[in-house]
Amino acid sequence: MFYKKNYYQINIFFLFVLTFLFYLFGKEFCSYLGIEWAIKYPKQLVFPLKIYISSLVKWLMDEAHFLIFSFKDMTRAISWLIEQPYQIILSLFANGFYRGLGQDAQLILAPLSWIAIIMIITSLAIYTKDKALVLLVSLSFFYLAIFGQWDSAMITLSSIVIAVPIGVIFGLFLGIASYKSKRVEQTIKPVLSLMQTIPVFAYLVPILVMFGFGPVSALIATVIYAMPPMVYTTLLALKSVDSQIKDFGVMTGCTNRQLMWKVLIPSSRSTIMVGVNQVIMLSFNMVIIASMIGAGGLGYDVLTSLRKLDIGGGIESGLAIVILAIALDRLSQAYVRLRPESKFKNQSFFKKYKLFLICLFTIFISYLIGFSSEFIKTYPKELTVSTSVFWEDSMKFINVNYYDLLESIKVFLLVFFLMPIKKFFLAIPWPWTVAMITLLAWHYGKLKLSVLTFILLMFIVISGLWTKAMITIYLCGSSVIIACLIGIPLGIYAGLNKKAFKVLTAFVDTLQTLPSFVYLIPVVMLFRVGDFTAMIAVVLYALAPAIRYTALGIKNINEELIEASLISGCTTRQLLFKVRLPLALPEILLGINQTIMLALSMLVITALVGTRDLGQEVYIALTKADIGRGLVAGLCVAFISIIADRIIIASSNRLKIKYGIN
Amino acid sequence: MGILKKISLIISVFFIFTGQSLVAGDSKDPIKLTLHDWTGQLITTNIMAEVLKKAGNNVELVQADYIAQFAGLQTGDLHLAMEMWETTGRDAMDEYTADGRVVNIGSTGMEGIEEWWYPSYMKEKCPGLPDWEALNDCAEAFSTPETSPMGRYLGAPVTWGGFDDERVEALGLDWEVIHAGTDAALFAELESAYQRQAPIMLWVYAPHWAPSKFDGEWVEFPAYTTECYTDPSWGINKNSAYDCGKPRGPIWKVASSQLQEKWPNAYNAVEAFTLSNDEMGSMVVSVDLEGNSVESVVADWMSNNKSKWESWIK
Repeated sequence: MFYKKNYYQINIFFLFVLTFLFYLFGKEFCSYLGIEWAIKYPKQLVFPLKIYISSLVKWLMDEAHFLIFSFKDMTRAISWLIEQPYQIILSLFANGFYRGLGQDAQLILAPLSWIAIIMIITSLAIYTKDKALVLLVSLSFFYLAIFGQWDSAMITLSSIVIAVPIGVIFGLFLGIASYKSKRVEQTIKPVLSLMQTIPVFAYLVPILVMFGFGPVSALIATVIYAMPPMVYTTLLALKSVDSQIKDFGVMTGCTNRQLMWKVLIPSSRSTIMVGVNQVIMLSFNMVIIASMIGAGGLGYDVLTSLRKLDIGGGIESGLAIVILAIALDRLSQAYVRLRPESKFKNQSFFKKYKLFLICLFTIFISYLIGFSSEFIKTYPKELTVSTSVFWEDSMKFINVNYYDLLESIKVFLLVFFLMPIKKFFLAIPWPWTVAMITLLAWHYGKLKLSVLTFILLMFIVISGLWTKAMITIYLCGSSVIIACLIGIPLGIYAGLNKKAFKVLTAFVDTLQTLPSFVYLIPVVMLFRVGDFTAMIAVVLYALAPAIRYTALGIKNINEELIEASLISGCTTRQLLFKVRLPLALPEILLGINQTIMLALSMLVITALVGTRDLGQEVYIALTKADIGRGLVAGLCVAFISIIADRIIIASSNRLKIKYGIN
Repeated sequence: MGILKKISLIISVFFIFTGQSLVAGDSKDPIKLTLHDWTGQLITTNIMAEVLKKAGNNVELVQADYIAQFAGLQTGDLHLAMEMWETTGRDAMDEYTADGRVVNIGSTGMEGIEEWWYPSYMKEKCPGLPDWEALNDCAEAFSTPETSPMGRYLGAPVTWGGFDDERVEALGLDWEVIHAGTDAALFAELESAYQRQAPIMLWVYAPHWAPSKFDGEWVEFPAYTTECYTDPSWGINKNSAYDCGKPRGPIWKVASSQLQEKWPNAYNAVEAFTLSNDEMGSMVVSVDLEGNSVESVVADWMSNNKSKWESWIK
């Protein structure tokens, strides 16, 4: 046994040395053997998948027919269906109802006044009986009015109000379908993981072509991006319903349908609501990208102010998104905790619907007064506050005074950290890299995982995108290392200290909902266009899960174990390094896993400041409306993240077995 | 439930009333104009939209990507794009106008300028500018730790084309071309460098607010001719094309072929539309630097140029 283990370690050591030698002499070695194709995959062997995809979509749009209607009729019918409720909500919240078109239009019904909307949202909060929440929600909406973000915020809110129910309903039904049939589950799961990992930019153009230009396409893209967690949580929730409850339902003679809707779903309600919550948060993440293809609202404001380098304006609109997201998130979380209570039957009608009636009354009154008073109708411009100048001046101050310091830090990191990693990934011949990663997959996940890994890697090679994929891995890898170096210690601190936990959670929430564009431009101003800037932006975005998961892992360790270690005489340091960290390791690994996923999704955005990776490939395809090129590059990004995800999950499962954690 | 049903009934009744009626001449359907993400284009499009409204057409403004919009123009989802620059949009325009589903309706009267640009304070460090032959002597002054000793030139997003890598090669410049990913990144660097009076050389275009806000000038390369881009033997470098500056060219209006079929009067108005570079420059400054809204600037223009736009729609 001892011998075998030793032998194994020698093997690994040997592979490391060999990889290092390839890093130093890979190019010379290959040209010596006359196998240049191992350094650069030959162009004539690239499989032109992108051309096939483009012509497939073209065929679908121009020629495909199903008996009586064409494919295009079908997609357009879908977008018409989605457009109707969207227009109603938009008119209700922001634009008002009109009769006639263009300049002949007459206002029939003004949109809800800002007072009425604040009243409605506050009553929703009052219903949960959580006083802090009532304060948070109403203050958030007042903030939107006071800082002059009201009109845009209502447009954003309307698209969220449409996208979230569509995502939730579809997710719920897909979840139920895969709960009922194993086969459905097995077909749906790979599709879902592609939906989550293909960068949104890659499928924007096909969506535009199919569903037309305008807010509906933006809504569909949002739903595609935000729906997968709903399916997962529904499935998980249904599976984890206590079997006794299910048996009880069967015994009382439920039909299948009754069993699902009256027994299983109500009893797994709180888990399902977690999925709803995820859909809301992800929909907010899409606000900026959706505004690029016509959604308007706060996202559009962020984009246009950054075009003008109006950093202050960008930050204000960005913060408005954060505030709206956090208010709705906390509200939906409160509804998760809400327990259904039995109502007294003989309560009077008025008492039962008190809140609802007050809301109706406010809407009615504010509408009536709105005819004579502008103040009630729209929040007056003169009372808005702007912090724009403050942000601009502080940016300038940092730029003028600290630029040289920042520059030297940047040069140091570039020379000693980023450049060597980049060279490492680009110098090693691709067959060796493919072999090593496949071997790693085999070590953790045995045959099945290694076959999957090999096929996915070869797809990247054959598409001719290997070099760009390696730059992607380099950028993503170095950002993940930095994010972990910062995030894990912070997470440990937060796990040990309750106050720090509260502060850091708020910080992490803000980082995740603040649109990355808002800090992308200031980062460019301080660090110039290039890999370093991209890295900083990625680290800022991907830091959150590293902190969150580590903190949770440390916090959730069984108290008895800690006490036992204290009794056996552990010092604080030993307690941390010998007990807490090993036990939290699986959670930390999952955190790193999520960090990698977020880093990859952010890389596409950093293409906007100039990188040369797969993200740039996707972005170029977007601006050239090249459907095939975008989807192929998008698939490569998805495959990298799927490989990383599977390998890390396999290794974390191993650790769990090793430390006996369930 | 009863209340909800009633509300939805009322709302659906409103929708029946909003149905459209057809009148002879131009269709009453809204003409869809595309909006992109730079101010000049927003102004041009809004002026056109206002003029078309005065002529009795219905218009709708749709956010769409500069190149991706061609797919929409082709299918007739979108109808009119007001700014297609000769310098950056030529290839896509040629590709999509080939089968006649997208048409070029002539110039907007504005000329796009795109070229290497530097702030005036750099002239002290490099007195030979704006002549391009001074570029090699000053390369070091424009270098950064990543590019040293080569000069650093911040080029436009790769999708804009521009042949800067080829230009550097052909003219034998000791410069490295770094591509910004977006327009915003490009001007973020300029703003940052200008605040610190630091060296910078980058791609700037006009009409845009940057040449009005910052004091500086364009590098003078050998003047562009068609042969320079196509014929290697032309120019200073006998073995290579692109040994000259960038072309300057009109900004075109392009439309879906449906525009002329469904809205013939509107089509004529669009064809007649022209603006000058100076008019546009001052409107862009008013929006981006003085903080006025696009709507108010367009409204001012409409009231000051009544006779001009009335002649377009007569």
